[in-house]
Amino acid sequence: MTQKLDYLKESPSQTAGPYVHIGCVPNAVGVTGVYAQDLGSALFTGPEPSDAITVKGTVYDGLGSALTDAMIEIWQADANGLYASAQETRGQADPGFTGWGRSAGDLATGEFSFRTCKPGRVPYVDGRDQAPHITFWIVARGINTGLHTRLYFADEVEANALDPVLGRVDPARVGTLLAHPEADGIYRFNIYLQGEGETVFFDM
Amino acid sequence: MSKPGGYINRDRLWHPPALTPAYKSSVTRSPNAPLLSLPTSISEETGPVFGDSIIGELDNDLILNFSSTGEAAIGPRIIVHGRVMDEYGRGVPGALIEVWQANAGGRYRHSKETYIAPLDPNFGGCGRMITAEDGSYEFRTVRPGPYPWPNTMNDWRPAHIHFSLFGAAFAQRLITQMYFEGDPLVALCPMANGIADDRARDMLVAPLDMNATIPMDCLAYRFDIVLRGRRQTPFENRKDGL
Ligand SMILES: [Fe+2]
Repeated sequence: MTQKLDYLKESPSQTAGPYVHIGCVPNAVGVTGVYAQDLGSALFTGPEPSDAITVKGTVYDGLGSALTDAMIEIWQADANGLYASAQETRGQADPGFTGWGRSAGDLATGEFSFRTCKPGRVPYVDGRDQAPHITFWIVARGINTGLHTRLYFADEVEANALDPVLGRVDPARVGTLLAHPEADGIYRFNIYLQGEGETVFFDM
Repeated sequence: MSKPGGYINRDRLWHPPALTPAYKSSVTRSPNAPLLSLPTSISEETGPVFGDSIIGELDNDLILNFSSTGEAAIGPRIIVHGRVMDEYGRGVPGALIEVWQANAGGRYRHSKETYIAPLDPNFGGCGRMITAEDGSYEFRTVRPGPYPWPNTMNDWRPAHIHFSLFGAAFAQRLITQMYFEGDPLVALCPMANGIADDRARDMLVAPLDMNATIPMDCLAYRFDIVLRGRRQTPFENRKDGL
């Protein structure tokens, strides 16, 4: 016999199901009057800065069909590389920017769209700079545990080349994490859950 | 002196795998490639802050929060309460909990839902709250009904309440479901059975808690939730402040 470790185990995940919106973005699916507005619907709490960007995309399943019942969340640093979080100890993030967004996407087409800013660089655990990136988290019917990925910017070639996380990704799959400029200030980031061009998902 | 380190990695054998063929929707929505496992960095060790100011007076009362007349939702009245803790057993304060559920007849209020059971005009089905200093939370609702769903020709969801949780860090982000003690449908459920380990599945089954009931008014169920824990050690090899 040995002494017993008394740690707890994490509660296991269960799918968010097709009706996740009732709990997280109720106004988007007709459950109105309970919350004044859906949380995460705007990352800027005041006027948008002139260099605000749009990040849009669609989540596809293994058959190439767009998910129209997903919920997508993003989490990112502000333009100076600071997180609007109680855990941020390096400085004060922009008070007009939450860094967190949430969207059901278009209920017919599945396309999501966030107005945000290009985040600044934040350090890795060893002090090296990470390239600008946005954390994505996708839940939906059929997804048992929320899928975690990162958006990097295709036009940050030099920073991406030195990013410690991208450095661990199979070079043949790095492209799945790159958002491409589609028009001025608009980046497209499609997410492929399975199969050809499958997005890299993280366990972090 | 100890300092915060990284988050304990998720035990992926404890959670349901991405592909659980008996739950058919997972077949085309599960990545084929293995997840890329990496330590948490500041991007995962931070998370959004939700102050108490976002919470309205009735947000944690699903019996009344959708009703425009003050009339109560129909169904067995229950209180659900518990504590949000990390893997070290420490309470997680300030955690945003969002819940959603079907009404007492098993019907969701959602623009894409078509089940034959009627909507309750006084039931919306969503609620939210923020945990107290010790990680405790509480809300009032009606017990949701089981409902059929398209999977095999005859699958029924056990009565359940969906939970979404934010801890202090995005690494702790979790969505799960609460089941009810004694419900025979839990053992038949392809979603619950996606969890291989009985001990893990049992963590999602809330016991009846007679001590927390309100006599002549409300039954109660207790549901504790555990989020990932963060190591505290002077020895973790990371740059100061990270
Ligand atoms: Fe459900």
